[in-house]
Amino acid sequence: MSIATSSQMVEMTFLKALNDAISFSMRNDSRVIVLGEDIAGGAGQGAPLEGSMGGTFGVTKGLLEEFGNARVRDTPISEAGITAATVGAAMGGLRPILDLMWASFAPNCFDQILNQAAKLRFMSGGQAKLPLVIRMAVGGGLRAAAQHSDTLYPLFTHIPGLKVVVPATPEEARGLLIASINDDNPVIFLEHMALYRTTGLVQLEPIAMELGKLGIMRQGSDLTIACVGQAALLGMDAAELLAKEGIDAQVISLRTLQPIDNEGLVACVKETSRLVVVEEGPPRCSISADIAASINESLFGRLLAPIGRVNSAATPVPFSPPLEDAHLPSVARIVEACHRVMTF
Amino acid sequence: MMISLQTLEHSFREMLRIRLFEERVRREFGKGDMPGFVHVYVGAEAIAVGVCSQLEQTDMITSTHRGHGHCLAKGVEIAPMVAELYGREAGLCHGRGGSMHIADFSKGVLGANAIVGGGIGIAVGAALAAQTLKDGRVAVTFFGDGAANQGVLHESMNLASIWKLPVVFVCENNGWAESTPASYSISVSDVAIRAAGYSIPGVVVDATDYSAMHVAAEQAILRARMGNGPSFIEAKFPRQVGHFVGDGEAYRSRDDRKSARQLDVIARTRLELESRGVDVGAIVDELGKLIGGELDSAFAAARDSKWPNIDELESYVYSN
Ligand SMILES: Cc1ncc(C[n+]2csc(CCOP(=O)(O)OP(=O)(O)O)c2C)c(N)n1
Repeated sequence: MSIATSSQMVEMTFLKALNDAISFSMRNDSRVIVLGEDIAGGAGQGAPLEGSMGGTFGVTKGLLEEFGNARVRDTPISEAGITAATVGAAMGGLRPILDLMWASFAPNCFDQILNQAAKLRFMSGGQAKLPLVIRMAVGGGLRAAAQHSDTLYPLFTHIPGLKVVVPATPEEARGLLIASINDDNPVIFLEHMALYRTTGLVQLEPIAMELGKLGIMRQGSDLTIACVGQAALLGMDAAELLAKEGIDAQVISLRTLQPIDNEGLVACVKETSRLVVVEEGPPRCSISADIAASINESLFGRLLAPIGRVNSAATPVPFSPPLEDAHLPSVARIVEACHRVMTF
Repeated sequence: MMISLQTLEHSFREMLRIRLFEERVRREFGKGDMPGFVHVYVGAEAIAVGVCSQLEQTDMITSTHRGHGHCLAKGVEIAPMVAELYGREAGLCHGRGGSMHIADFSKGVLGANAIVGGGIGIAVGAALAAQTLKDGRVAVTFFGDGAANQGVLHESMNLASIWKLPVVFVCENNGWAESTPASYSISVSDVAIRAAGYSIPGVVVDATDYSAMHVAAEQAILRARMGNGPSFIEAKFPRQVGHFVGDGEAYRSRDDRKSARQLDVIARTRLELESRGVDVGAIVDELGKLIGGELDSAFAAARDSKWPNIDELESYVYSN
């Protein structure tokens, strides 16, 4: 990993990092367009330009003003239709970025994701190329209840033909989104809602960050905590607490779930011999289960303890705050899992 | 269109009750201890009351993210509704759902729904059950102009039509879906036109005119009850409030917002009642005290009431 000097770095929110990645890509390539519900709110098509929302969280704010409404298209609430149009636009020569708002709405257009976007290249014997990105907000914590809080990480990862990206920091958000837009495959880009307002240092110039390479957020020699997306922030907090007890934890942001950096993960766990995987989402058929299986296959003899897993409870996400807090992975539960792995 | 004075006065009280509830929700939400986000029904009261006041308790409705008005009009009690808004065990859904998911099956409310268009097909299925069981119930689905662009509405209208199901489609067209104006996102000037494509009678109603709304609902419910099949009502009114409580509506012109507030069904019905000799001031005072008191105690009780027990986190995922 190259470490930039601090003079080349600027502080940026996760939200702005995403916005930067999109505007950078749109400037560089006129085939890149964005579409989605409320990204422009009809502004420029009868309604005034100013005040356009830029999507629910404001990620696409300002794009309409710079690129105009041919490349920044507000859509009706028609997830099946707009996702199909995204697939078709990619096949027709554009590089569309669809804002689907929440991942919980993806079931409305799952045919387009599973049967069309993911399979068409394969089934056409390599003729179809599908350079498209579907961005979705994921995750709980906002008391938004079950129909606005899913992560669905393993659901997308399960489908051959899709790439799945889960940034944890502004730097990752910007670099991975640029790489996703440049990629010739359908990419599912999952943004945890708790991250939008977080800040971090990013390099001055936007550059792509390779898909399929994990990021080491904290060096440590006693155990590895591998995290999916926003869980990395919890993993970092847990590592701080563990450090006070003299446990030196390495924290990893997986960055992409497909492709997954198995080699990188094996290299890390070879050093520490202990692994805890943290993922927001129910435990069955999960990313944590998948990683536990593959690390077992590679490192069975070297592990000093069974692989620890921290997931959400096996329920839809509850509305009530104490229930939601109990449902979600927490720093305390990560620390607890690390203790179990350390004292096995 | 004239409806009886008694009906109009009764419905005015019902609408006012919803208005008082929603105004209180808005105020209390501002205090910051109501979790999540809420969407209020202010300005749409004639639709829920016009329809639900003519339904039986056993009739079924499906609602939306903006569902408080539907629930109240269908007879759901205030206190457990408020407890649900606060995520308490005493809430209608024991705190599992919140504002966007209020359901009360004992009153025929099959649930608010946070998936835009999510309730439409469910109402069609409920009507299928009623038709198959021959129990005389009808189903009504409420949805917004934004939901009118979901494919599921079209599939559901076709299904309801070919099976002649006892269902009423009620499109609440407030001109906006979040920040997107209906004039931009909908291909026709009246959503009701689309019903014709499925051989369903469709009407456009001014939802700031209570009597018109009441009569349209009466005809549609009767048609369903008689076994003559589905109807479509597009109830138009301008959105008076932000999409959610706290939405500053930066995307909307000041004039548009102002003129929307001037077309208010409560104010309009009040004038109509007064012109027919009713002392509306007395009703407003009486209800202000009555509902105000009920709301005072409901909010106080909700705030004081128990959270769900976290040991029961996994309850209700499956039927036993
Ligand atoms: C399937 C789905 N897509 C998008 C959303 C986000 N969303 C919530 S409410 C809303 C606007 C709905 O507009 P409309 O149906 O007109 O109802 P209104 O809010 O105006 O009452 C949108 C886009 C959602 N909840 N579900």
